[in-house]
Amino acid sequence: MKFDTIIIGGGLSGLTAGIALQKKGIRTAIISSGQSAVHFSSGSFSLLSHVNGEAVANPLEAMKSLPAEHPYSRIGADKCAELAKSVPAFMAEAGLSYTGSADCNAWRLTPIGLFKPSWLHSVETAVAPCPDPKAWGKTVICRLKGFLDFYPGFLEDNLKKAGADVHTAVITTEHLDAMRRNNTEMRAPNIARIMRGAELHAFARAIKEAAGDAKTVIIPAVIGLDSEKPVEELRAMLPGIQLMAIATNPASVPGMRTQMMLRRHFENLGGTYFLGDNVTDGTVKDNRLESVRTANLGDDRMEAKTYILATGSFFSRGVVAAPDRIFEPVLGLDVDAPADRNAWFDKNLFAEQPYMSYGVHTDADARVSIAGKVLENVYAIGAVTGGCNALKDGCGAGVAILSALNVANKIS
Amino acid sequence: MSAKTTPNPHYDVVIIGAGATGAGTARDCSRRGLKVLLVERLDFTAGATGRNHGLLHSGARYAVTDAESANECIRENMILRRVASHCVEETGGLFVSLPEDSLEYQKTFVEACQKSGIDAQIIDPEEAKRIEPAVNPEIVGAVKVPDGAVDPFRLTTANVIDARRHGADVLTYHEVTDFLRSGNRITGVVLRNHYTGDTKTVECDLVINAAGIWGHMIAEKAGAKINMFPAKGALLIFGHRVNNVVINRCRKPADADILVPGDTISLIGTTSSRVPFDEVDNMDVTSDEVDILLREGIKIAPALAYTRILRAYAGVRPLIASDDDPSGRSISRGIVCLDHATRDGIEGFMTISGGKLMTYRLMAEWATDMAMKKLGKTAVKCDTADVPLPGSDGNQECPKSKSSRKHIIELGTEQIAAQGRHGSLTCNISKGPEDDAMVCECEAVSVGEVKYAIDSLHVNNLVNLRRRTRMGMGTCQGGLCAARAASVMGEVLENEQKALTDLAGFVNERWKGMMPVAWGQTLVEQQFASWIYDGVCGLDKYAKK
Repeated sequence: MKFDTIIIGGGLSGLTAGIALQKKGIRTAIISSGQSAVHFSSGSFSLLSHVNGEAVANPLEAMKSLPAEHPYSRIGADKCAELAKSVPAFMAEAGLSYTGSADCNAWRLTPIGLFKPSWLHSVETAVAPCPDPKAWGKTVICRLKGFLDFYPGFLEDNLKKAGADVHTAVITTEHLDAMRRNNTEMRAPNIARIMRGAELHAFARAIKEAAGDAKTVIIPAVIGLDSEKPVEELRAMLPGIQLMAIATNPASVPGMRTQMMLRRHFENLGGTYFLGDNVTDGTVKDNRLESVRTANLGDDRMEAKTYILATGSFFSRGVVAAPDRIFEPVLGLDVDAPADRNAWFDKNLFAEQPYMSYGVHTDADARVSIAGKVLENVYAIGAVTGGCNALKDGCGAGVAILSALNVANKIS
Repeated sequence: MSAKTTPNPHYDVVIIGAGATGAGTARDCSRRGLKVLLVERLDFTAGATGRNHGLLHSGARYAVTDAESANECIRENMILRRVASHCVEETGGLFVSLPEDSLEYQKTFVEACQKSGIDAQIIDPEEAKRIEPAVNPEIVGAVKVPDGAVDPFRLTTANVIDARRHGADVLTYHEVTDFLRSGNRITGVVLRNHYTGDTKTVECDLVINAAGIWGHMIAEKAGAKINMFPAKGALLIFGHRVNNVVINRCRKPADADILVPGDTISLIGTTSSRVPFDEVDNMDVTSDEVDILLREGIKIAPALAYTRILRAYAGVRPLIASDDDPSGRSISRGIVCLDHATRDGIEGFMTISGGKLMTYRLMAEWATDMAMKKLGKTAVKCDTADVPLPGSDGNQECPKSKSSRKHIIELGTEQIAAQGRHGSLTCNISKGPEDDAMVCECEAVSVGEVKYAIDSLHVNNLVNLRRRTRMGMGTCQGGLCAARAASVMGEVLENEQKALTDLAGFVNERWKGMMPVAWGQTLVEQQFASWIYDGVCGLDKYAKK
């Protein structure tokens, strides 16, 4: 099978690159093993939330002070700014309304009632221009009876500490009652699957009753698995109420929706998405990757002019740790990581963990290498490139999207 | 039955340390009519009791080197099968010889077992492979022994429950900081509450030091010197049950030669090394120890090479030198029961130590015998070898419990799992669509079981909850369930901020065990947990700096 470009990895970064390439008329295939980190999204994309532990107000400004090995520094701050500003429109084309601004972080409400700086927010995500919930007015948190992945106690307590006028109400519907009889069924994606039509109306009635004269209602994000429409419908059923949601795990409904809609958009643009397949290895000749082999297609090798590695961090197995080394499992690429495992970790889990910034080695053009030799037609994007602690900096989604757009621009 | 205890001003006995020995002693003393206070500076099983193989020793391991310990083990082994049936899994055990091991040793071993009354039978290696397919197929010899698995958490909790039923009071997170004295007599203890920092005094006729390696410091505080040596043993937990039968190496006891199945996992251990006293509160497993455990473990069961390691941990066993050997060279692994009145001239104080998890009940019996004598009470016979522990006592407390196997099809997963954990006490767990909701899916722990543990089993934090219910012990290592459990606890105990601090501490405590083996899938799990807790939730705000 032949394509212009093959992208290994179908998460946020791979899909962004695939869409950008298809828009340019470049025939692209994405090979995805399945679940990606987007499935566990907070409902927001962060561009740059913290530098040296300090909250960032203006990500584009703060980017200029990042160390040279940071992916943003390597792309260039000016180019990053230009790319970042194009993202809301890019998402909108896929039917995703991610709102926010690259030069002014807003504050996302976390599942335990704290505020974190973030960039773009999914349609339902609870967000405020500053970390102060008082502007929300009288607020009701709706607990879904028997649903454990939403923590109203933590939310209410921390919001109260921040000065909010807030209380919790328990709501349920006939369908939710039925669902509760199976004790593992009450998970966000399962609820989202039934929340349409009459059930959505019943849900709206329950929220309305619980809300009373409240101005703001906070619910778990359990609406709109494959489109934003149910969220809009629910809002229309609750006029006068500011309805906001908190993404829950596992898995995150806004995250799953984002993944599904980006994939659909990629396919609508003519891209080919191989779901549930894994690239096992590739053939390299004269510093070029000639073809790759996948688990499902076996010796029916896949060929392309250009390849993009978008396989993610350890979680997605883009890089893998063994007791004596960290390696890239698909092509055996060079990795920037020490071999001694005693250097990988900090004893305090919440401290800066060195392993978080490990990834494949790339040159100034984002191309990977094997044994010091650059592969001329293979680029790496997203979390597999390392060079930053995406968790502590709060830059995971930004790096995934901007590095994808940057590399897509290089390919013609 | 309530976990909340208000201590009486005067006790017959204060027992220090709620490991298996302390809890067992509290049970025995209270069953014999003594008024008991059991105090523990942290949680039940927080020391060596919760940090070992969970092996129901047949005694075979000690047969060659220590016939007395071997004999104690096999007798206690048979007793625990009867009185602690809900804590014991009768897996059977094998002692296998690899090509590099001498078959001469096998002969010595079997003879020694028979002398100690251990039913050890040489079997064909082919037969051994049929009994336990996970064993190394290269084995050249195999001996069948009556080993098993015992859950030390359940065992200790059951002893505490029975002690409480017989009037004992129990205080966890209370540390003995000093003793009350009158002349050369100890007349009570000074206790500090770890949560509030408050101190109070409790008077008693006798203090029993059952604090394991920490007993060294307790004795020092009382003015007695015991020659204890901390011996660290590291173990690895594997993510699924590789073997169904205990596998031992048939050789002189050495590093990593026992592989024990327990619940959903398997355990390999141990290493053995002396450590200084200032390290006993903070045992880190080194990468060298992990490498040894893995290298030797793979020889016993090759599948360990590609089985996920959930975590590594280490316990500290108190080794005690004979009183006439201050150099510490002559170490006893046997039970040591010291009357400090005759030994050191300190009245009202005794120490029970040495021994092993397997002999905790016998240690408790010896300690209680001595206590009764010292207190001049009419000798009441020890009945702990005959009377089953709560949970193993049929359906006394749950007359209508559907606990028999034939009804198992009517039960949900969480009910079956809970019965495995709480035996006949399972009926105390509330049920209903809301209480059945699953907090921990790996180990099938319901909201009802969490509430029961908080209400009745001295649960103050998530680590306590893990020890009582196995919440967070499965493959996600708390990645998903800990937040659910914390949120239930926050509401039940009406303290959300404490629950969040506790959650951060719990996640960090899990990491401590995962870090030494954080590669492959274990690192995948941890990165995920970090994203969720640190990234999505912002829990780092609650972490200790």
